[in-house]
Amino acid sequence: MVPLSYYLVLSAILFACGVAGFLIKRNIITIFLSIELMLNGVNLSFVAFAAQLKSLDGHIFVFFVMVVAAAEAAVGLAIIISVFRTRETLNVDRVNLLKL
Amino acid sequence: MGIGTYILVSLVKIAIALAILLTAVAYTTLLERKVVGRIQNRWGPSRVGPFGIWQPLADGLKFIFKEDITPPFANKPLYMLAPIIALTTALTSIAVIPIGPWIRLGSINTPLQIADVNIGLLIILGVTSVGVYGVALAGWSSNSKYSMLGGLRASAQMVSYEIALGLSLIGVLIYTGSFSLRDIVDSQAGTWLGFIPKWNLFRGQFVAFFIYIMAAYAETNRIPFDLPEAETELVAGYHTEYSSMKFAMFFMAEYANMVTVACLASILFLGGWSGPVFGPPIVQSLLPVFWFALRVFAFMFIYIWVRGTLPRFRYDQLMAFGWKFLLPLAIANIVVTSLVVALK
Amino acid sequence: MLSLILFFIFAALCVGGAINLLVQKHPINSALSLIVVMGSLALIYLLLGAEFVAAVQVIVYAGAVMVLFVFVIMLLNAGVEERTEHASRVAMVLGVPGLIIGLSLAVWVVSHLAGLDRIAIGGPMVMNGSDVFGNPQAIGHLLFRNFLLPFEVTSVLILIAIMGAVVLARREE
Repeated sequence: MVPLSYYLVLSAILFACGVAGFLIKRNIITIFLSIELMLNGVNLSFVAFAAQLKSLDGHIFVFFVMVVAAAEAAVGLAIIISVFRTRETLNVDRVNLLKL
Repeated sequence: MGIGTYILVSLVKIAIALAILLTAVAYTTLLERKVVGRIQNRWGPSRVGPFGIWQPLADGLKFIFKEDITPPFANKPLYMLAPIIALTTALTSIAVIPIGPWIRLGSINTPLQIADVNIGLLIILGVTSVGVYGVALAGWSSNSKYSMLGGLRASAQMVSYEIALGLSLIGVLIYTGSFSLRDIVDSQAGTWLGFIPKWNLFRGQFVAFFIYIMAAYAETNRIPFDLPEAETELVAGYHTEYSSMKFAMFFMAEYANMVTVACLASILFLGGWSGPVFGPPIVQSLLPVFWFALRVFAFMFIYIWVRGTLPRFRYDQLMAFGWKFLLPLAIANIVVTSLVVALK
Repeated sequence: MLSLILFFIFAALCVGGAINLLVQKHPINSALSLIVVMGSLALIYLLLGAEFVAAVQVIVYAGAVMVLFVFVIMLLNAGVEERTEHASRVAMVLGVPGLIIGLSLAVWVVSHLAGLDRIAIGGPMVMNGSDVFGNPQAIGHLLFRNFLLPFEVTSVLILIAIMGAVVLARREE
């Protein structure tokens, strides 16, 4: 048996790592990976609270988060590919013009 | 059963399952060479032992003593990791596959399966979907054009066909209402009119079986979908740069995946280990395993037969077949199956 | 006790993977460390009795979404990340650990004040039988009864995502 707060702290660490990665990384793919890390951290909280409340609603939320993450990955990676095609870089610092 | 006995029994089962699986892998290669040889009007291996039955051992020795080459400018850690991922995932998925009913040995009553879990089917799907990384990383890390093309093709192909594969299983799940492979087999027990077995294949899942076979061939990178290896255009695809035991690990992974797919096909569609059981108790407990092995063997034989018969698809044909034919067909199968179950 | 040990092993893997994601310069190494995080999270879900969520986590996240990422990294042949010219090293060296430690301490304090650290959850992993907490049947009942409308709406979302991805990634004629 593990105290609930351990799960929450782990979830917070993962979320914070995601935020930090989002802020310090300059590669657009890694930034995207950091967003997925944040979503995973939140999912852990959902599942932990579902276990505490003995209610499966938390699991359902996790599914919807996963669906949104999958859809977001598909669209986001398509955007990354089209950005790379026109600008030939993945560095977000150099993607600073709305129009080429 | 105490925890100590449980762990001991599990370890023994793991050892036995690995031994059976690796032997099956070794002798599938021999079977393949023999059968393809006969299809092409040759003999196949015949020098090492009678009918070449020691050929797999000779091959294994050869692989061990070959020089292990790492290409320059390869990404070394990933280059090492890729075959390990491929082989590990291929061997792990056997853990939840049941090969027979419960058996009793003295005071120990145990299922013929390493782990009987609720979500066995999902575990297999998950583990095999992680296996894509082995192929993709092998292609990427070898720093070679052929490997790269093979790896790209493999990852796109495996992700695409995984969808059709997963959807083809839904029909069976609707009938059974459980992800446990043992429940799926139990639900197919019995016969109609005394002789037609109640296999899922005969319960209207033949379309699903067709989709499953097609998708499974693509998932295991076998002819007619062996685009990732395509030796006539890509040298050897994703494992072009690999030699020695690292190559052998990819090879073993491919054949272990074939065995897993064959086991899963027998469990999901062909009634698992059902069959006539007779004779003294020891024969009675081993006969189901024999019926199961027979189905797996038949499936492997068809694999090899197809390899000896069909040409390779073109890549755009492969993608079009997966997305425009198999996927709608799988969805239609789900709709029809659920209508049948709902109206019954 | 056993579940506590298992939790610490997988939690250490998670944190290690997450920090490795930050440290690594090459996107493929970051992607692989994220896969490690997702795999160990799936095992932690099993500790919490969420077997179906764990399986879906591996199939959807590790097996599909991350494969897409690795595929795109391979396709674009993404190289080592470039650094920003005028980046402040002090902010990086102090800020990142500060952010992580600060947020986790805040969560610890709040959960301690709320008394959540006295609630022990999870238990011995039982993965056989219908009494598992997050078993697929229970989730199916909930998803297709109480959450039917959101479920249908997500299918529209996926349809839009498919069309968006096709439109964005296709080459201009």
